[in-house]
Amino acid sequence: MTETRYTVQRSTKLSRFGAIAGIILLAVLIAGPWWLDRASMRLFVEIFYFLALAQMWNLLAGYGGLVSVGQQAFVGLGGYLLFILAVHLGIGPLWTVPLAGIIGGIISLPVAFLVFRLRGHYFAIGTWVVAEVFLLSFAQVKSLGGGSGMSLPISVIKEISESRSGRDQAVYWMALAVVVVIVAGVYWLLRSRHGLALTSIRDSEEASRSLGVDNFRTKLMVYIAAAVGTSAIGALIYMTKLRITPGAAFDINWTTTVIFIVVIGGIGTIEGPIIGTIIFFLLREPLSDFGSWYLMLLGAIAVVIMLKAPQGLWGLIAERYDLRFFPVQRRVFFKDSPD
Amino acid sequence: MIEWANTIINGVLTGGLYAMFAAGLAIIFGVMRLVNIAHGDLIVLSAFVAMVVIETLGMNPFFSLLFVLPIMFVIGYALQRGILNYTLSDDLLPPLLVTFGISIILQNLLLEIFSADAQRLKAGEVETMSIELAKGLEIGVFPLIVFIVAVAMIWLVQMLFTGTKIGRAFRATSDDANTAQLMGINHKQIFALSMALSLVLVGIAGVFLGVRSNFDPSLGPSRLLFAFEAVIIGGLGSIWGTLAGGVILAVAQNIGAKIDPGWQILAGHVAFLVVLVFRPNGLFPRTRDD
Amino acid sequence: MSLLDVKNLDAFYGDFQALFGIDFNLNDGETVAIIGANGAGKSTFLRALTGLVSSTSENLAYQSNSIAGKAAADIVGLGLAMVPEGRRLFPSLSVEENLQMGAYLGRPGSWTLERIYELFPALKQRKDVPGTALSGGEQQMTAIGRALMSNPNVLLFDELSLGLAPMIIKGIYASLPAIKQDGVSLIVVEQDINQALQVADRVYCFQEGRVSLTGAPGELTREQIAGAYFGH
Repeated sequence: MTETRYTVQRSTKLSRFGAIAGIILLAVLIAGPWWLDRASMRLFVEIFYFLALAQMWNLLAGYGGLVSVGQQAFVGLGGYLLFILAVHLGIGPLWTVPLAGIIGGIISLPVAFLVFRLRGHYFAIGTWVVAEVFLLSFAQVKSLGGGSGMSLPISVIKEISESRSGRDQAVYWMALAVVVVIVAGVYWLLRSRHGLALTSIRDSEEASRSLGVDNFRTKLMVYIAAAVGTSAIGALIYMTKLRITPGAAFDINWTTTVIFIVVIGGIGTIEGPIIGTIIFFLLREPLSDFGSWYLMLLGAIAVVIMLKAPQGLWGLIAERYDLRFFPVQRRVFFKDSPD
Repeated sequence: MIEWANTIINGVLTGGLYAMFAAGLAIIFGVMRLVNIAHGDLIVLSAFVAMVVIETLGMNPFFSLLFVLPIMFVIGYALQRGILNYTLSDDLLPPLLVTFGISIILQNLLLEIFSADAQRLKAGEVETMSIELAKGLEIGVFPLIVFIVAVAMIWLVQMLFTGTKIGRAFRATSDDANTAQLMGINHKQIFALSMALSLVLVGIAGVFLGVRSNFDPSLGPSRLLFAFEAVIIGGLGSIWGTLAGGVILAVAQNIGAKIDPGWQILAGHVAFLVVLVFRPNGLFPRTRDD
Repeated sequence: MSLLDVKNLDAFYGDFQALFGIDFNLNDGETVAIIGANGAGKSTFLRALTGLVSSTSENLAYQSNSIAGKAAADIVGLGLAMVPEGRRLFPSLSVEENLQMGAYLGRPGSWTLERIYELFPALKQRKDVPGTALSGGEQQMTAIGRALMSNPNVLLFDELSLGLAPMIIKGIYASLPAIKQDGVSLIVVEQDINQALQVADRVYCFQEGRVSLTGAPGELTREQIAGAYFGH
């Protein structure tokens, strides 16, 4: 057998271009408070946190193969942690975001112990049941407002910043930081050994197991990572909403929206949720006034995409033009191949 | 003491309704490994269909079944043949997401057509009649009817699966769709028929739900969770297990409600999670590698 | 009379091409064996014939009618039955129910439950046992019986003796004459070359997705077969 030499190529021309464009975009966004008006800043905050949520769900489902319909458990948990930590424990509100992430990650361990006993579709619904348990449990806690929820006291709000514009800025930068950390974190994870393990599990559980990949530990890691991210985002979300109720915090709509975003954009890619978030907001602004018809349209689009283009819009584009902005793939080039 | 007996017996009867919710779900998972997220919404849909039939033709809810069941059969067949058959593969995302999308569409469609108002199907006196078994121990006649119908339904489904040619075809297709094709079985049609059967059961459940309690377009997801919990508690692959699962779930809910009304649903979820911890395959599983 | 006519058949698993330009035919009353190493494409060919694997060809005809692109369930209805590799009994069904499954289409013919039990007496005692609780040989008998219940004109055996003890294999092959007596034509995919040569009227040898040799067993030399089997 002739000795084969190969190289593993990780970045593409587009990704290098994309990296430069990304840095420019980031600089523009950081400067946001100086060129965006108040309403636009709030919209961007929403875009940031939906994108972050979508990346987390995509990490779980698209890469980890764990389809969860219960991530709203951690959104609500993060939201309530904001109130518990800032109101009852006097911790600075901005600090609660990373803290909520950590605590959410810890709580996700016993949850994982429960839900990992289920597989596939049943896992999905099991995560939903857990979210409902969170909802009903928090609704019983009187010191957090019980079923009617509570508002963030002015004293705590002022801790973020004395002035309103100061608060807008702080929340904006916090949201931007969260989404950048999350997207960077996902990108880093997928480029690492763990990412390789994840893709191999996604492609074939049996094959990866035979190669020594610990499927259970890898999946557990992904589940905890997603819980950390989602809980942190939850705290951020309720810092913008200033008022929490169990029904809203643990609403399945968090997951429905995120699923829509990821499916339309392209599951299993980092670019997909970005595209999906943009499309979601492009649709929402003009159409949300139509209430149920708008939601029916979203549902119909999701069904059609799943049937006709399950790899999503980015999947279609990437396949057609062989593009990758975030190079997480590894391509092996054999020295003697006629490529 | 007698109060607890009341709680438990009424829980058992409610379990019949939950078993009705669950039976349709269990069948399609058995045959196709598909979990229909829109299952609960389809139960609500059939309650609305019954409502329209009753208002248009001015009949009793029980007679409305004569119309509701064929309608649900056709909807199930068309849904599977037209959409869901295209989602079936080893990947569990497409059917899950498609049925999720359908669930959203259904809920909002019903909302647009019927508004968010709570509805009820009127069955007359039978709704409130009760039998006194002993001093202080009363059971509702209607819940008893529901329970009996549920048992009959499950018994018939079991007979269908074990004693008929189509039932064997269901089981064979569920075991190995490829080899089933080698027997001349048109697996696409089998899937469609099993979904149609599932929706017939959903239709029955919907009508009885509509008589038993108020319903509105948003009720679907919670019914799906009850159905799902009943199936898991009972054990995958066992249709009689879903009866046991429904009963255990309802009894747990009733006990929870007795302790504190706000704990009713939560108690059910907790019972489900407890079963999940100690018996992940359910209480009466049929050995199956999924 | 030519029962099966295949000309220039290619078969694919996704992007991967498994069969290249296969020419094949089966005449009425014949027993044809297909031999070849693992991965040569023998099973793929049977699956392409029965419609389980998609293929393209110049001609794929059964009794002079094209079956190209037909669904597996339809092809079975025309009289082609297969005993799949690994038996593939239905685990949720008992032996008798598995046999009944074979008669799903109700094709007319002489094979009934009684005749199957006559052919394979061991099955009669085990008729209510679930498919999974049988020995390898019993499973193979049930799988053959199941295929026979559809009263086929052509019976395909995918890896007939794979995983079975020599005594069992002898018994299975001993049942073939009774099947052939009915006028059933057979295609047998077999790893055991000797068995294949003993029972076949003609032999095809597959190698890496292509037909490397064909002829009657009497005409072919050991060297020819070895060369066609292993390639160069």
